[in-house]
Amino acid sequence: MITKTVSNVSEACQGIKDDMTLMLGGFGLCGIPENCIAELVRLNVNGLTCISNNAGVDDFGLGLLLKKHQIKKMISSYVGENAEFERQMLSGELEVDLIPQGTLAQRCRAAQSGIPAFFTPAGYGTEVAEGKEVREFNGKMHIMEHAFKADFAFVKAWKGDTAGNLIFKGTARNFNPNMCGAATITVAEVEELVPAGQLDPNEVHIPGIFVQRIFKGERYEKRIEQRTVRTK
Amino acid sequence: MALDKNQIAKRIAKEVKDGYYVNLGIGIPTLVANFVRDDIEVEFQSENGILGMGPFPFEGEEDPDLINAGKQTITALPGASFFDSALSFSMIRGQHVHLTILGAMEVAQNGNIANWKIPGKMVKGMGGAMDLVASAENIIVAMMHTNKAGESKLLKECSLPLTGVKCVKKIVTNLAVLEVKENQFHLLERAPGVSVEEIKAATEGDLIVNGEIPEMIL
Repeated sequence: MITKTVSNVSEACQGIKDDMTLMLGGFGLCGIPENCIAELVRLNVNGLTCISNNAGVDDFGLGLLLKKHQIKKMISSYVGENAEFERQMLSGELEVDLIPQGTLAQRCRAAQSGIPAFFTPAGYGTEVAEGKEVREFNGKMHIMEHAFKADFAFVKAWKGDTAGNLIFKGTARNFNPNMCGAATITVAEVEELVPAGQLDPNEVHIPGIFVQRIFKGERYEKRIEQRTVRTK
Repeated sequence: MALDKNQIAKRIAKEVKDGYYVNLGIGIPTLVANFVRDDIEVEFQSENGILGMGPFPFEGEEDPDLINAGKQTITALPGASFFDSALSFSMIRGQHVHLTILGAMEVAQNGNIANWKIPGKMVKGMGGAMDLVASAENIIVAMMHTNKAGESKLLKECSLPLTGVKCVKKIVTNLAVLEVKENQFHLLERAPGVSVEEIKAATEGDLIVNGEIPEMIL
């Protein structure tokens, strides 16, 4: 067995430098690598390009990095929940590349799987297609999209083992599996870290080969963005 | 009387057929789930990674790891499954989802739709909308017929940045049900008590009215 464990978040984040490109899993605040984000704030690295579906909220998630102006560029599909983000974008302080959600997922997956580019119908005829190669397949128009290139991928899983195998929970799965192995170094933080052999191999979502460093996150707030309930 | 949001959702629910996998957008489309007949089998997909989405949880049972694409806490029904974002959009682009219901800021008579950006003012992003409209065979737009300034949202051409081209087939608004074909809006049904003239006045694009237009049955 090849061991992937590191002792804590600061060891997990070793090698992070200014101006790097990072992938961060999560959808809204669900399944975000909370401990790694907190460490990025502490390290005060700047000029980051962040690939993440959303940009957090003003006081949580990637919003914490935005507030400190650590992010130079965001690559996301939806940023509606963050007033500071919108302000920085409209004032030109922050560079933003908005791309379709499925394209975002597939560009991660392409990077993970050694596929340099692919064609998708999403965004054809819109400003997303500007400057991109267009081709017709089966009578339908498609645009070419490229695999991402990133230095670090930060993902959050529910359970992991010392070999780096991961299991996700509920809709906290989202982009996390697609980002594993899609960057030079993949860091996985988990709620529960068990010795290799304790996870049923049949239930592993992401094999440890896609993960370089794994650690148990110290603290999870798991903030709910929109608490909606029904009455009994 | 023009319909309210729940009534628009109720009318759209009639378009949901037995055996359909359905993706619901944020806003009015989310409400559609409340009105689908309970004698048919339907599964709702939320593109953040669940098929078989259920209603909101009871108070105290919210799970931060279980949300929909609107980031609202939800539940999972028996038979539900969770999956990653790439697989979610395989369901969508691969046309395994039968029906997409989403909101819009503008729809043009050629089926173009704009719903993600107002240059210089509001930029929220497209989320999954571009993938959905580029791929779905069956797209229904749920929206108000006019914007807050009273201007028509059913146009000859969209003025805002597009989400997708020539993709909208049907529109249900607070005033009417319309079909989009042959580069025109075709009036199919009126909201109860709303006249054809009122709908014409609220529609900037070319509106075809063929014969007697029935009132919607809600």
